[in-house]
Amino acid sequence: MDRFIDLTLNGLSNGAIYAAVALSLVLIWRSTRILNFAQAGMLMVTTFIAWALIDHGAGYWLAFFAALLAGLALGAVIERVLIRRVEGAPPLNAIVVTLGLLVLLEALAGMIWGGNPKSFPPAFSIAGYKIGGRAVLFSPFDLFTVLVVGALMLALVLLFRRTALGLQMRAAAFAPEVARLLGVRVGRMFTSGWALASLAGSLAGLLVAPSVFVAPSNFDAVLVFGFTAAVLGGLDSPPGAVVGGVVLGLALSYISGYAGASTVTLGALAILVAVLMVRPQGLFTREQVRRV
Amino acid sequence: MLRLEGLTAAYGPVVALDDVSLEVAEGEIATVLGANGAGKTTLLRTISGLVRARSGRVLLDGREIGGAKVEEIVRLGVAHVPEGRGVIAELTVEENLRLGGLWRRTRDAGDVFELFPRLQERLAQPASTLSGGERQMLVIGRALMARPRLLLLDEPSLGLAPRITAQIMSLLRDLRERTGLTVVLVEQNARSALSVADRAIVLALGRIVASDETLDDQLRHAYLGF
Repeated sequence: MDRFIDLTLNGLSNGAIYAAVALSLVLIWRSTRILNFAQAGMLMVTTFIAWALIDHGAGYWLAFFAALLAGLALGAVIERVLIRRVEGAPPLNAIVVTLGLLVLLEALAGMIWGGNPKSFPPAFSIAGYKIGGRAVLFSPFDLFTVLVVGALMLALVLLFRRTALGLQMRAAAFAPEVARLLGVRVGRMFTSGWALASLAGSLAGLLVAPSVFVAPSNFDAVLVFGFTAAVLGGLDSPPGAVVGGVVLGLALSYISGYAGASTVTLGALAILVAVLMVRPQGLFTREQVRRV
Repeated sequence: MLRLEGLTAAYGPVVALDDVSLEVAEGEIATVLGANGAGKTTLLRTISGLVRARSGRVLLDGREIGGAKVEEIVRLGVAHVPEGRGVIAELTVEENLRLGGLWRRTRDAGDVFELFPRLQERLAQPASTLSGGERQMLVIGRALMARPRLLLLDEPSLGLAPRITAQIMSLLRDLRERTGLTVVLVEQNARSALSVADRAIVLALGRIVASDETLDDQLRHAYLGF
């Protein structure tokens, strides 16, 4: 029973990280119908920025918020400079561009910071809470992870449901031409979508960095898990992405705990294939058409 | 107020508009008639900036707007109600309406509710649940939220019962009287459009083949079928 509780708690905090990555993919899919494979590289770069700041003596929280801001800016710049050119083009063009960008970012990071993994501090202690004299597999940092991803989702839901910006972003995503005829600056909405997505990505990078270490290609696996979570949730819905992340986190934690850690990636793949076969539209999406 | 000079537009090698000129004065209702594929929709799309003209000019209050961005043209007071599926079905009725007034920063939909009380009853519903007539009310109401000076209406009667079409036509007349709204109305339903229009042009294969001054019975029969 203790083991089950441990695996559940561990799955929850891992799931929160997958959820954040899934959010970063879903926000971009919603606004521009593009699967952003470069996300792993983008969040790697912003996490490296945080690492470099800490390495130069900056405090953790300064580095944390600097990485989030860098995420916002990076997402916006990438959309304006690169993605704008392939929006509305065949989907394959966008896929090639984001894959190329991933390779480019990882190569650049390798040139600047080298290939050796760097350790990255957690925001809070990673020693498990003691319950009844036993240390459970859930630390203050895990709690922080769950809370901050939950807060991000809540903020996104409020943004989309309650603000003029969110309404315009949704209109631009659902019906770009009608939105333009109503005066919505659709290009700007797409840029905002990418910026927000990239912010969610950088948050995921900061949260996962203490356990995977910071190196150019160390975040690729997180992208695979995040992508699986996003597909689970239906790619279109932010709450779906979060539920997908948590479900995947729990499933992988049980697989790892009961079947051995080496089977985790295989398990993720099996879940992805199973979802695509049984319910390709995901658990939460309304739309049936999928282009990729 | 609106002046088109020698407007030509094409989709690749297919010419959709060929040397079209038109002048609409403030407070006038002009109707553009013609069969499917005559270029009527392209004409509206060129005015609102969705389609770039290959040559010719679009002037609003004497100012060239051809080549400006759609979002900027909207901010000059031009509202374009596209044909058919202009409702954003994923949003609620209220969100659709709010979107219409956003750039003007107005949320007051009082006038729209006065025109279409039905919309007020359905505010919280997803627009996907509306009937065809209600959708048409919503797209027109949404366009009016921005208090436009020039309204471009694409086939508002499409798929609607004659009674509702008649209501929309009398609404246009009403709005013109009350607010001095200028309207360019694209229609296949020539009879109802001509009933409100101050002037009319007939397009065939992108060319103006008749205007109200030349529209005699023979042309009327040939192009409009009555």
